Amino acid sequence: MPVALETVGLEKRFGGLVATNDVSLKIEKGARHALIGPNGAGKTTLINLLTGVLRPTSGRILLESRDITTFKPHARVKLGIARTFQINQLFPDLTPLETIGLAVSERLGSGKDWWRIVGSRPQVTDEVVRILEDFRLADVMNERTAILPYGKQRLLEIAVAVASAPRVLLLDEPAAGVPEEERHVILDIVAALPQDVTVLLIEHDMDLVFQFARQISVLVNGAVFVEGTPEDIARDERVRQVYLGEGGHG
Amino acid sequence: MLTILFDGIAYGMLLFVLACGLAVTLGLMNFVNLAHGAFAMAGGYCTVILVNRWGVPFFAALPLAFLFSAAIGLVLERTLYVHVYRKPHLDQVLFTIGLVFMSVAAVDYVMGSSQVFVQLPGWLQGQFNVAGVGIGRYRLMIIVMCGALTLILQLILSRTRFGSRLRAAVDDARVARGLGINVNRVFALTFAFGSGLAGLGGALGTEIVGLDPAFPLKFMIYFLIVVTVGGTSSITGPFLASLLLGIGDVAGKYYVPTLGAFVIYTIMIVVLIWRPQGLFSRGSAR
Amino acid sequence: MSSLPLQAEAGARFAARAAWHPLEVVFWAVALGSIYLLPGRHLILTEIAILGLFALSLDLILGYAGIVSLGHAAFFGFGAYTAGLLAKHEIITEPLLALLVSGAATALLGFVTSFLVLRGSDLTRIMVTLGVALVLREIANRYAGLTGGADGLQGVEIKPLFGLFRFDMFGHTAYCYSLGVLIVLFLLARRIVHSPFGLSLQSIKGNVLRASAVGIPVNSRLVTIYTIAAAYAGIAGALLTQTTAFASLSVFDFDRSADLLLVLIIGGTGYLYGGLIGAIIFKLMQDYLAALTPQYWPFWIGLLLVVIVLVGRERISSWTHPLRTLASRLDWRSHRTQSSVLATGGP
Repeated sequence: MPVALETVGLEKRFGGLVATNDVSLKIEKGARHALIGPNGAGKTTLINLLTGVLRPTSGRILLESRDITTFKPHARVKLGIARTFQINQLFPDLTPLETIGLAVSERLGSGKDWWRIVGSRPQVTDEVVRILEDFRLADVMNERTAILPYGKQRLLEIAVAVASAPRVLLLDEPAAGVPEEERHVILDIVAALPQDVTVLLIEHDMDLVFQFARQISVLVNGAVFVEGTPEDIARDERVRQVYLGEGGHG
Repeated sequence: MLTILFDGIAYGMLLFVLACGLAVTLGLMNFVNLAHGAFAMAGGYCTVILVNRWGVPFFAALPLAFLFSAAIGLVLERTLYVHVYRKPHLDQVLFTIGLVFMSVAAVDYVMGSSQVFVQLPGWLQGQFNVAGVGIGRYRLMIIVMCGALTLILQLILSRTRFGSRLRAAVDDARVARGLGINVNRVFALTFAFGSGLAGLGGALGTEIVGLDPAFPLKFMIYFLIVVTVGGTSSITGPFLASLLLGIGDVAGKYYVPTLGAFVIYTIMIVVLIWRPQGLFSRGSAR
Repeated sequence: MSSLPLQAEAGARFAARAAWHPLEVVFWAVALGSIYLLPGRHLILTEIAILGLFALSLDLILGYAGIVSLGHAAFFGFGAYTAGLLAKHEIITEPLLALLVSGAATALLGFVTSFLVLRGSDLTRIMVTLGVALVLREIANRYAGLTGGADGLQGVEIKPLFGLFRFDMFGHTAYCYSLGVLIVLFLLARRIVHSPFGLSLQSIKGNVLRASAVGIPVNSRLVTIYTIAAAYAGIAGALLTQTTAFASLSVFDFDRSADLLLVLIIGGTGYLYGGLIGAIIFKLMQDYLAALTPQYWPFWIGLLLVVIVLVGRERISSWTHPLRTLASRLDWRSHRTQSSVLATGGP
């Protein structure tokens, strides 16, 4: 299986603090890979490094064998890597229609057109509508994002990333903060992602992780602690200890 | 050439006394007070009136100028400024610009728009010669006085309880409050003190840079440069920046008159782009 | 999977964003009508048109891209002096052509200085833009041989527009000319803000992190709009020189940049008409107050700024919101298709 995303000795220091410690990951194309670990383990930092929000202190990042270590965030998106944020990062005053329209438009290269009206290309609008329907956002597509209920915002957060038609999708705790009864919508959507899209998922919800993942990496103190299939990880005593701490009760 | 260096140092020290209040306010409350020059102007005009019209001795007028500006600062801070602290920077800028316009027009109305001068005591006028270098008496006095002030400031900051409260509040206001420090009181007193210093600087500066109602607008950019280049996380930063600016400006105007002023503007722009936190600051990103 | 009504709705929504509201038509009808209805006021109307164009240029970067600038007068002044010098030294004597060249030159200046506003916080941008305006003023001051220095550019003679229309002292030609330029540039700006490019600017203003995560090259977009805004401001400055046959250092004044912000606060940002409406109100106010207290009018400006900030900029600008909601309610073309199809919810 070809490797979709790879890091080589990735390291990030903030002064004396080592947030990411010599991380070397290999994620295959089409993988369903989960990244877990206790709070502060550096999971979001890793995503930020992969997407270019942070520059690594050392190491390399390869997207489909192409070195993207020095590429700016928007350039990486153009190359096929997209992400969601742990805390929604949306456009408060735009509607879902406009937001998804923006993402699709940029992807198709017409984002810089200044001479025509937004929405004058039917094939773009069609795709936008399709995405909105897939993500159960059609009924709120004309509302300002800021006033949408949190569950809808979270769906929009994922929809925006998917609208970039990424080949590698990084999901940072997609179900975070979503009420129990709405979680299954998120899970269904994640499960319905195309098979050739490589998905890296950060999650704390272990049910979701074991339901979704075929491969798991455990991150502790910025370094990869152990990797394996869900069964391996579930059986691994050290992983349990890392979550509970030394001298856990009983 | 040494005279120029001497004049530059005097100018620089004066700029420091004028601008350090602004640096502390910016660093402490993250507040852009473009009206800082207005407090300097107040101190200057206060001194002019006291000395020229009421015959108060020059050195007695100086502390009165300080108190006058400090009082105005305290009153304005508690009544107006306090409402603007949490607003976005653009609002703060507009607010203080508004205050500047008002003060400039008001002083123009009351005092007239021509430049005013202070009647200096005789022994401060003129210069004496030391090894062929012309040392202006007034400028020498400025260097001595401002130097002493700087030392006192540094001592207050590092040795007194108020100083440590101030430094704590600058570092992290929320934590400081949590420690029981009355941050609002620290703000108010610091603002008043900074305004007072500005007033003192305005009084001292009347002789060197002149005083007219347009003073706050003319010198706003100089204060901004000191704060930009010097950073806001210490006293030494703005101090060094002021010296640099003072010497650079005097030397520039003498040696390269055609370039003069906009060399320093360009320096400010370059510094802002390259190191937004200032050349001499600790480097902590705010 | 019949989402055809949905697609139609989406298409209609997008079209509605850019559709001409009746109030807009009224506005421009009145503006054009003023040529004939207010022949005695053409001089002040010219000033309003020029100020409106200048404010429009700042709205493009402040209201749509979120760039705070305290030195926009730099571009205004640069355009003004370029036009003045072109006319004085008879390099280009046809006013419209000179206008376009001035605009292009200012665009170049905008492009070159754009990188200064890409980085840094609002505070940095405020200080940097202020610095640039001061530098330009200083340059104009120093090179008095070229610019006339503190006395201003003397001996500027503006030839008739298209060789036909002389610039008369009642401002008839000046107003028609300025209004014409304003209309053309406004239409262009309107197209730009309603385009995908314009939408990407709004997204940058809304959330720059997400904007770049969607693939938008943020810096490149900001440079583009900054350059365009500079060109607009330069053209406004050139118009001032051409309609008054004079250019002075006051075009670079800090006051001008500050007044401009006030204009946009009064009129509101982000919907293009804010600068125009604000300009009308500001000029009328200035006319009135200057007649009362000619020398101390900055005092009232200062007071107004202080009051506005204390009351709250949002609350002041929100007086235009009723106008905007009124406009959408007056819209006789109903773009709200039967939404009952969608109300039943998804599969």
